[in-house]
Amino acid sequence: MSYHSVVCVKQVPDTAHITGEAMKADGTVNRAALPTIFNPEDLHALEVALEVRERFGGTVTALTMGPPKAADVLRDCLFRGADRAVLVTDRRAAASDTLATSYILSRAVRTLGSVDFVFCGRQAIDGDTAQVGPQLAEKLGFPQVTYLQQFIDLRDRTARLRRNVGNGWEIVDVRLPVLITVLDAAGEPRPPAARRVMQYKRARVRAELEAEVKAERPSAAGTELEAEVERRAEALRARGLMLEQWSLDDIRADPAWCGLAGSPTKVHRVQSIVLTKSGYTEIPPTEEGIRRLIRELVVDHTLG
Amino acid sequence: MIPVNRNGEVWVFAEQEDGALHDIALELCGKARELADRLGVQVGAVLPGWNVRELGYRLIPHGADRVYLVQDRRLEHYQTQPYARALCTLVEQHRPQIVLFGATPLGRDLAPRVASALRCGLTADCTDLDVADVDDPAAKTTHRNLLLQIRPAFGGNIIATIINPQRWPQMATVREGVMPLREPNMQRKGEIVAAPVTFEEADFAVRLVERHREPRKVNLKGARTIVAGGGGVGSKANFKLIHDLAGAIGGAVGASRAAVDGGFIGKEHQIGQTGTTVRPALYVACGISGAIQHRAGMEESAKIVAVNWDREAPIFGVAHYGIVGDLNQVIPLMIKAIKERPKE
Repeated sequence: MSYHSVVCVKQVPDTAHITGEAMKADGTVNRAALPTIFNPEDLHALEVALEVRERFGGTVTALTMGPPKAADVLRDCLFRGADRAVLVTDRRAAASDTLATSYILSRAVRTLGSVDFVFCGRQAIDGDTAQVGPQLAEKLGFPQVTYLQQFIDLRDRTARLRRNVGNGWEIVDVRLPVLITVLDAAGEPRPPAARRVMQYKRARVRAELEAEVKAERPSAAGTELEAEVERRAEALRARGLMLEQWSLDDIRADPAWCGLAGSPTKVHRVQSIVLTKSGYTEIPPTEEGIRRLIRELVVDHTLG
Repeated sequence: MIPVNRNGEVWVFAEQEDGALHDIALELCGKARELADRLGVQVGAVLPGWNVRELGYRLIPHGADRVYLVQDRRLEHYQTQPYARALCTLVEQHRPQIVLFGATPLGRDLAPRVASALRCGLTADCTDLDVADVDDPAAKTTHRNLLLQIRPAFGGNIIATIINPQRWPQMATVREGVMPLREPNMQRKGEIVAAPVTFEEADFAVRLVERHREPRKVNLKGARTIVAGGGGVGSKANFKLIHDLAGAIGGAVGASRAAVDGGFIGKEHQIGQTGTTVRPALYVACGISGAIQHRAGMEESAKIVAVNWDREAPIFGVAHYGIVGDLNQVIPLMIKAIKERPKE
């Protein structure tokens, strides 16, 4: 048997390390000032897909949606062992909420043809919603198994999976195709392989080539620019280093269901965190100070 | 999606397992009651399961006017697709204006599936809900009485208010413990309505082979006092200080994400956006800087004592008492003072 796994990955701002410079004066987040990383749980999803390929045979396709820069995470997938990488990028997809995102991803998965597994990280650290996985499963008409802890076995096109449900665990059997969201417990991501890094570090999507040519030849325009991009693309293609880049048209996605227009949820207001309490009683770190504090807490019945 | 329906009920998904209602179901009933009273509509609770009629009688005193009971032997253990079909079928029949789910592992598995099938919006992990009129300058109109879905976003560095003006119902998952569990009103009247749903064979594609449940070992939500440690505690060995102080006070041990990530203590102790939300009578934060993710999980505590060497630490912004100092010196002094405290 040969199984085709698609892994949905996302490039995210490193929200765990946000510093003062990352906040704009109006209190919104300045995404451009933030370093980007591979969404951590998506690395675990990739690892599970690679293990499934090693144990049961097949191929692994990495899929992401984002600006051209998101090709970084696709190269990382290739370094770690993915067979194929696809970027969906389109201005009309910007500002998609989770529903619109899952619709676009579903069109991309459909365009890939026959798929047995879709793996996603449980959630991305920029939104923490954990919604795209289940929504993508619904759009594809696949059953979903969330919170994968262990991929146990695969027999007769039936996967046996262990999932963590917070207050315990379950083992379930599910017929393929299936969408699985993955927890970090499911497998320690392998590091990039040095040989593959050498092989794929020059891999590019077309939008990156366009940006490169524009930067190198600011005066180039129109057909000249186009010809140079095509020349470089051809050279990369010959070496298997041209990454696929798809627009909404390529995946036959209806723009009405994408981006801002396709998103039922709207951001009404964003506030940066303002501490609401204006003051506190400062207690000196001395024996007498702390004794006074404890006495006060006893008197107001906070402490028994 | 369903059309905007201002007479629609406010609904709650009543999560249950093994014949017991999850606390979140009752918390949501209380909040739904408050929202429905402001909107002048009724509260509905959707209760799928098997042999769960009795649980419906507990939802009514907490605010439900009508419990939609979906019973089928195959619903005994939760499964995404049949539960989603039950919700979708009922939403299309009854057109509620709001549907609330708990942001539990189960609720976060179910709600997005339902939202996708209905093609409506969904906001994850709300920490507050409100109702207000919202101006829409682009369309030169005002949306009356929208649900404001308030949640931390971007790793908790901002608070976003999300609305869903057109594609209804307005759906949200709500964090456990952020809506107060109100006293039940045993005089309240309500009805339990059997709601038949037709399932398809394909809804049962996932077969449960084995299941195991562990009783919660750490009862943070029920604790009257919590002593929590953060990255500033420094090491797993040093975390003993936190255990000792909790032991002296008779409280539970909590932790920030930094302490959990540092391996000082297990994840079941984590308080904050990705852990448990608590509101104890006393919260002692030691070596916790107070990132918003953490504060979101504890700032409702009645009394907060913060110990941190860094005067600028954001935790002091929510503290009632602040001790700027080295926790290695302060905590032993606190333990001593507690042991020698005057008895009321």
